[in-house]
Amino acid sequence: MSFSSPRAVADAGPLGYTEQHTAVGKDGFVASKAETYRIGTGAGFSSDRLAPALDLARHGHLQALVFECLGERTVAYGHRDRMANPGKGYNAHLERRFRDILPACRAAGTRVITNMGAANPRAAALATLALARTLGLQGLKIACIEGDDVSQLVPRDQPLMDEPGTLADVDMPLVGMNAYIGVEAILPALEADADVIIGGRLADPSMFLAPLMHHFGWSADALDRLGAGTLVGHLMECGMQVTGGYFADPGFKDVPALSTCGFPIAEVGADGQAVITKLADAGGCVTPATVKEQLLYEVHDPSRYLTPDVTADFSGVDVRSVGRDRVHVSGAGGRARPETLKVTVGFDGGLQAEAGVSYAGPGAQGRGELAAQIIQDRVRNVHRLSGDLRVDLIGAHSLFATAGHRATQSQDVRLHVALRTHDREEAELMLWEVESLLCCGPAGGGGYRGQITPCVMTKSVLIPREKVVPTLEVMVA
Amino acid sequence: MTTTPPDDRRNERRLVRDIAHARAGDKGNTSNISVWVYDPDDYALLARILTANRIKTAFPDLIRGPVQRYEMAHLGGLNFVMHEALEGGVNRSLNLDSHGKSFSYLVLGLPLEPDGSEG
Repeated sequence: MSFSSPRAVADAGPLGYTEQHTAVGKDGFVASKAETYRIGTGAGFSSDRLAPALDLARHGHLQALVFECLGERTVAYGHRDRMANPGKGYNAHLERRFRDILPACRAAGTRVITNMGAANPRAAALATLALARTLGLQGLKIACIEGDDVSQLVPRDQPLMDEPGTLADVDMPLVGMNAYIGVEAILPALEADADVIIGGRLADPSMFLAPLMHHFGWSADALDRLGAGTLVGHLMECGMQVTGGYFADPGFKDVPALSTCGFPIAEVGADGQAVITKLADAGGCVTPATVKEQLLYEVHDPSRYLTPDVTADFSGVDVRSVGRDRVHVSGAGGRARPETLKVTVGFDGGLQAEAGVSYAGPGAQGRGELAAQIIQDRVRNVHRLSGDLRVDLIGAHSLFATAGHRATQSQDVRLHVALRTHDREEAELMLWEVESLLCCGPAGGGGYRGQITPCVMTKSVLIPREKVVPTLEVMVA
Repeated sequence: MTTTPPDDRRNERRLVRDIAHARAGDKGNTSNISVWVYDPDDYALLARILTANRIKTAFPDLIRGPVQRYEMAHLGGLNFVMHEALEGGVNRSLNLDSHGKSFSYLVLGLPLEPDGSEG
């Protein structure tokens, strides 16, 4: 048995679903059940929470649930994992997430779309297939999208996108390169009626736009529709950042029940206009303010938001409240998509060593400053370490140190030392020096911690889009 | 940089935070901060005092490249794009906040009326 059709679910109108829609009607948003596509976000980054995704799967009456799990560098980290173990390189939480999500989504007739495949979509799809069989989800159709790994297609003399030079000028070991691919890669999986669609570097908004195009029959040249669907994807792709997360500022911007904040739901009409909302009993809030902050999140020119699918124009977007936790968005436009695709190239970035010691009470800031001077002296003049060094005093000057902010006397500060190096001995020596402050440094220092973390480093290049050929394989549990 | 309740700040200078909210995002070494007024009536004031040049000159050591400003007047918002402003960005910065997520509060912490001491 396969999933019941998402379209059929929409028409069935589960309990509580009809009410929500009849409440809207002014502002030109006529949303009859059949005309509205309900899509939710199940993750806005690789380690996002599971419980609110499960709430949406069980109670959201959704046609699709999207798990967006890749940041700018996540795929590069995935390549590193895959080098260590060829069966890995996909999202570390995939099995844990899907163990709960897949049965709930099958019961609700909700399609799952995700880029949790990261650097190894095939391994992610095979793991999902095995899990589906274990869970008894017989007939579950799992689509695996590949073709975003373009490491064999990009020449080493390719110019870098945002800076002078070419890939060959980057003097670090290459770990992998992936093109951002869009709806062209996802639509075939929807046409194959896959229940779970898993890819690697699927562009974030494309995972929302593709099911909208498929459902409403929007063509690739319906640019305003593509712009509107991209707006929905852009607002949804960071999960709680539109429902009250990354927003609260007590006394200025209060958010109810942030600890149980819900993931967003978009109710999208055939014309691309949408209402952003959440489950009524979930924490958080959806207001014009939360939507506006997300509207320009990581956007530069609002009239030119580039995706693999369209050049979206958000400059004329209208945002208005149409009820409690219901915000209507409209007015996005679209122009032709770029002729090139962005490729993220990952390199082995060496090691980042971080260590700290704390000081408190009278004179804490002075003692912390002295500890900072000692570390600078020991690292640079005694050991002559060559890596990039930064010394902060948390509580006095850290995040805003470069911006020039110096806080007044604090009685609770923490020395924080960071060193970036390709030499493990240097990294370990820095940690040793910071720990030695316990006996060799200023009075009353305590709470040493230190860690060494492998890093990736990324650069961007552009590739002609015709060189990138996405592939699809459908597996049936 | 301690946060005090609004009531305790009656005698202090008003900050951008008193009339607007903001969100920061990053792409490579470029930071963007969108700033939105709570009350549409305050947009003209915000647009007058928060120029690209004011942002650039307030943080000369942090923002090494140009600053562009995009206006979303109908929504009461300004979007600042600050190039070479993230100490190298997530790839290179050793700032604990290598994404510059906290930098929205650099802008919100600016006085509404510059006194000439900035930058």
